[in-house]
Amino acid sequence: MWSGTPLFPDAVSTMAPRVDALYFYLVGLTAFFSLLIAGLIIYYAIRFRRRAPDAIGARIEGGTILEITWTVVPLFIVMSIFVWGASVFFAMSRPPDDALNVYVVGKQWMWKFQHLNGQREINELHVPVGRPVKLVMTSEDVIHDVYVPGFRVKADVIPGRYTSLWFEPTKPGRYHLFCAEYCGTRHSGMVGEVVVMEPDAFQAWLSAGGAEGSLASAGAKLFADLACNTCHRPDVQGRAPRLDGLFARTVTLEGGARVVVDEAYIREAIVNPGARVAQGFQAVMPAYQGLVTEEGLLQLIEYVKSLRSEERP
Amino acid sequence: MAHPVLLPPRHYLNDGYGVKSWLLTRDHKRIALLYLAGVTFFFFIGGAFAVLIRLELATPAGDLVSDDTYNKLFTMHGVMMVFFFLIPGIPAVLGNFLVPLMIGARDLAFPKVNLASWYIFIIGATFTMYSVVTGGLDTGWTFYTPFSTVSSTSAVVPAAIGIFITGFSSILTGLNFIVTIHKLRAPGLTWFRLPLFIWSHYAASLIMVLGTPVIAITIVMVAADRIFSFGIFDPSRGGDPVLFQHLFWFYSHPAVYIMILPAMGVISELIAAFCRKQVFGYTFVAFSSLGIAVLGFLVWGHHMFVAGQSVYAALIFSVLSFLVAIPSAVKVFNWTATMYKGSIAWETPMLYAIGFIGLFTIGGLTGLFLAAVGLDVHVTDTYFIVAHFHYIMVGGTIMAYLGGLHYWWPKISGRIYNEMLAKVSAAMIFFGFNLTFFPQFILGYLGMPRRYHAYPPEFQVLNVLSSAGASILGVGYLIPMAYLAWSLRYGRIVGANHWGAVGLEWTTTSPPPTENFAEPPVVTWDAYDYPTQVEGHVA
Repeated sequence: MWSGTPLFPDAVSTMAPRVDALYFYLVGLTAFFSLLIAGLIIYYAIRFRRRAPDAIGARIEGGTILEITWTVVPLFIVMSIFVWGASVFFAMSRPPDDALNVYVVGKQWMWKFQHLNGQREINELHVPVGRPVKLVMTSEDVIHDVYVPGFRVKADVIPGRYTSLWFEPTKPGRYHLFCAEYCGTRHSGMVGEVVVMEPDAFQAWLSAGGAEGSLASAGAKLFADLACNTCHRPDVQGRAPRLDGLFARTVTLEGGARVVVDEAYIREAIVNPGARVAQGFQAVMPAYQGLVTEEGLLQLIEYVKSLRSEERP
Repeated sequence: MAHPVLLPPRHYLNDGYGVKSWLLTRDHKRIALLYLAGVTFFFFIGGAFAVLIRLELATPAGDLVSDDTYNKLFTMHGVMMVFFFLIPGIPAVLGNFLVPLMIGARDLAFPKVNLASWYIFIIGATFTMYSVVTGGLDTGWTFYTPFSTVSSTSAVVPAAIGIFITGFSSILTGLNFIVTIHKLRAPGLTWFRLPLFIWSHYAASLIMVLGTPVIAITIVMVAADRIFSFGIFDPSRGGDPVLFQHLFWFYSHPAVYIMILPAMGVISELIAAFCRKQVFGYTFVAFSSLGIAVLGFLVWGHHMFVAGQSVYAALIFSVLSFLVAIPSAVKVFNWTATMYKGSIAWETPMLYAIGFIGLFTIGGLTGLFLAAVGLDVHVTDTYFIVAHFHYIMVGGTIMAYLGGLHYWWPKISGRIYNEMLAKVSAAMIFFGFNLTFFPQFILGYLGMPRRYHAYPPEFQVLNVLSSAGASILGVGYLIPMAYLAWSLRYGRIVGANHWGAVGLEWTTTSPPPTENFAEPPVVTWDAYDYPTQVEGHVA
């Protein structure tokens, strides 16, 4: 009956052993304290069972030293768990700089993945082994959640904003990818697989098939189709800010606040440009809410990222 | 026994017989029984949904019911159990019955408000039941936006109105308890002579009064988004879906403590009574209830570690969540220490209390896994969390509720149930519970997400174990229903103090008279002050 029934998940990312170590520490603590309490209760219940109908217990009111002990000792234990859990979380929250970016769009009830070179896939995500991969994710409708148990990573995929997660697979193979945030009728069908490949095989896979040019070039085409280039021009800074070299810079907004130009800011500047206007410009740009698909927005972002500038500091 | 024990000639149950004498009663004891009827009904409705869920999950394919039906089953299981059983369960039934009796009062401070709160509860439940029978609700009991506001096609608004209305019953009950405990304590019954049951109900009442308005407002916003398309939680209108989660958990995490604090109060009473001994570290146990109530308001963000929260917000919520573990641990250690050198009777309520301590300990310790941010990322939204909160809610609250019901049943009814059946079913519930929920911890760490209608086949064996356990658990719950009902008419009549316990509720007759005490009591002793000889004890 138990053959084919795993009791412990695959551990196939660099993060998995770190999470598992913390898990074993907690399993140990749980077993120790559960058995201690259960053992004492059962022992007392037998040892001090009532022997005469009118018998009463000993008069013991309490003990301050004991109370302090079982307040302070658990406090130290839980703080050790906190620090350990926090350090794992810090590592999870900071993708390495050389991570391979893949864009993810969730919708009821499928996953759409776009690689930077334009390769797209649905409900399957191909990634190379031994290289950090960062997913930048959003949703077209309700909240979803990308969960790959073998990697011990999970993050909500939220409409209207970008979230991210990263992992570095350590073993080629096919692993479950689940939607972990309830999203309606076919929630349990919103599943897929992460296919971890040797780097060479991954490169071959990536360049095979009919990718129609990179995401940035698709973004450039969209940029022209939407006539963004009538105002956002590379040569003059007139009605709209120049976009070349803008990504990852800090800009000053009307009113003096400052913002780092990241994926979220570019997205907002397209769908709701009046929200945070750059200093020195009028809020004249129309809102593109609902006019550009989530995938189109990601292409535009990649296009803006690709606009490097030599002249600007 | 020299002569058979008789019921007192006059008590609250024979003080009027008609339907009107019940539906218009202002007696807290009768209102408690009205609540008992209500929550028992909703418990078995919610339980029936659970049975169907476990039947569906016995096989990996989604083959018993459709996916939409499955989604409605787990939603309505959660809604019924949380809002109509767990939250009102112990306070509105046992609390209602016992708070005035334990403090030597004639009734609650506002008897008519108490009756009104029952009607509000029933009206709210009617709305929610309406949504159940007219197509059901499929948002999950958590109502996450924007699914609940723009995507779901099920009856969200009537269910939301039902929960909104029911909230007021909770607020009124909490208010009534707070005022009663402040103003109606018997002469001499100082705060530190109060039974711990009262302390824990006081703490839970504070949460009911302070937290429930937040869920009411949140639900109104969901309804406004659905009906009038306000877009508060809709990103395409500039709203924020995650804002909903903050508002929802700001109430719903403290609500966990509305469910568990009164249960802890019950356990303190049971341990003291069946050890015939003062609760070890009384003041620490009393203050730990207040500590839990206060800290409970500061930890809501731990439900949102993977919802795009900033790293630093996550760390603050993590550390606060660990702090809430301390007062809970203090209680467990004190209960255990109370048993040391007690005079421990293996009666049914004590079996439930012992079961509670064991299961609550596991439930609490597995909460540490979820408070550790880096580990929560893997296990949140999986069966691990399902197992964890069922250890707290079922292993904790329901064990305490049943233990309390068995303990005070002789007081409520004047009769005793079949003790053999009671012990057998308590053992079945303990065993069935563990078989149902322990495998879910393993499933969760393996990565099986919650709320899945169909699942990969390698998870089947553990799911079959869980479903098998659930069937034992289900039968375990039906047996007490049967023998308790039977005992109402045929049970052996017992005296005022069946267990030989101290506490003001045991000084009056069983069942008590409508006015509770023939003579208003004056208290000159501490709680659980067992004399050298137990008096008035008729076994």
